[in-house]
Amino acid sequence: MKFGVVVFPGTWSDRDCGWVIDQVLGAELQYLWHKDADLKGSDCVILPGGFAYGDYLRTGAIARFAPVMEKIEEFADRGGLVWGICNGFQILCEAGLLPGALIRNASLEYRCQWTNLAVERTDLPFTSKCTEREVIRVPISHGEGNYFADPATLSRLEQRGQVVFRYCDDTGHVTNNANPNGSMHNIAGIVNARGNVLGMMPHPERCAEAELGGTDGLKLFRSVAESAMKVLVS
Amino acid sequence: MIARIVVTPKPVVNDPQGITVKQGLATLGFREVSDVRIGKYIEVSLEASSEHEARQRVESMCKQLLANHVIEDYHFEIETDGHRPR
Repeated sequence: MKFGVVVFPGTWSDRDCGWVIDQVLGAELQYLWHKDADLKGSDCVILPGGFAYGDYLRTGAIARFAPVMEKIEEFADRGGLVWGICNGFQILCEAGLLPGALIRNASLEYRCQWTNLAVERTDLPFTSKCTEREVIRVPISHGEGNYFADPATLSRLEQRGQVVFRYCDDTGHVTNNANPNGSMHNIAGIVNARGNVLGMMPHPERCAEAELGGTDGLKLFRSVAESAMKVLVS
Repeated sequence: MIARIVVTPKPVVNDPQGITVKQGLATLGFREVSDVRIGKYIEVSLEASSEHEARQRVESMCKQLLANHVIEDYHFEIETDGHRPR
């Protein structure tokens, strides 16, 4: 199982993701430079958090034209696992690999806090280690995580069960108070129709060790590692 | 030529910046303000053989990069004798 972590100029969560993969999970890790048009045999490509290309113009707007993105789009088309976290989610939306867009938080504030997420899909390679309707605790850190999609797109996402994570209270109730950024339908993470491209604003790599206050994020990394093993075996 | 491009959030997109500025204006006594929307102004200097060609190229720039069609609208003007101020 090989994880590829993409590094753009301005990416800041690449080493955090790398630490979890390499030191906590014990899986194979390689960093993928944005100028490299090669995924180096990655089984799962992570687009980590940060401010790729300074988030100039719009979040993720410039990053989507990086040479590595063309390969990632081909990889996703072949069913490869692509996982965008925070800025990575914004990039996937700009690239059209996921529908919708992430706009300024409704509060206009940068939010750096713990959130509770209701896990709505456990049949995905990213969430197979979670239990049905489990509430996981994962921190967010963003100024532009307010998920927006037009009504038709939103209802299509809901009908097809593409909402994977929703901000909720600690008992799993999806409420306005639990929504940290104004996202429509409390959306924190979505998957494409095929189920191989996930985008999420919260940072699972920042809660993969007890020392950091929680280990729920590790479940997602373990899910990916295990699903890749199944593919190798089958 | 110079293209003067204005990108604004679509009417259906909530614009918290606009709402906050509207409240600020109301605090200053501008009670006649019913709405404020905040967008971006982009100036592009370009070579083109005609205004028509420039329009087509700028349209394409807006579609591919300068505006995100999910959340933004755009419009622009072309100034054929425009020079970029130094």
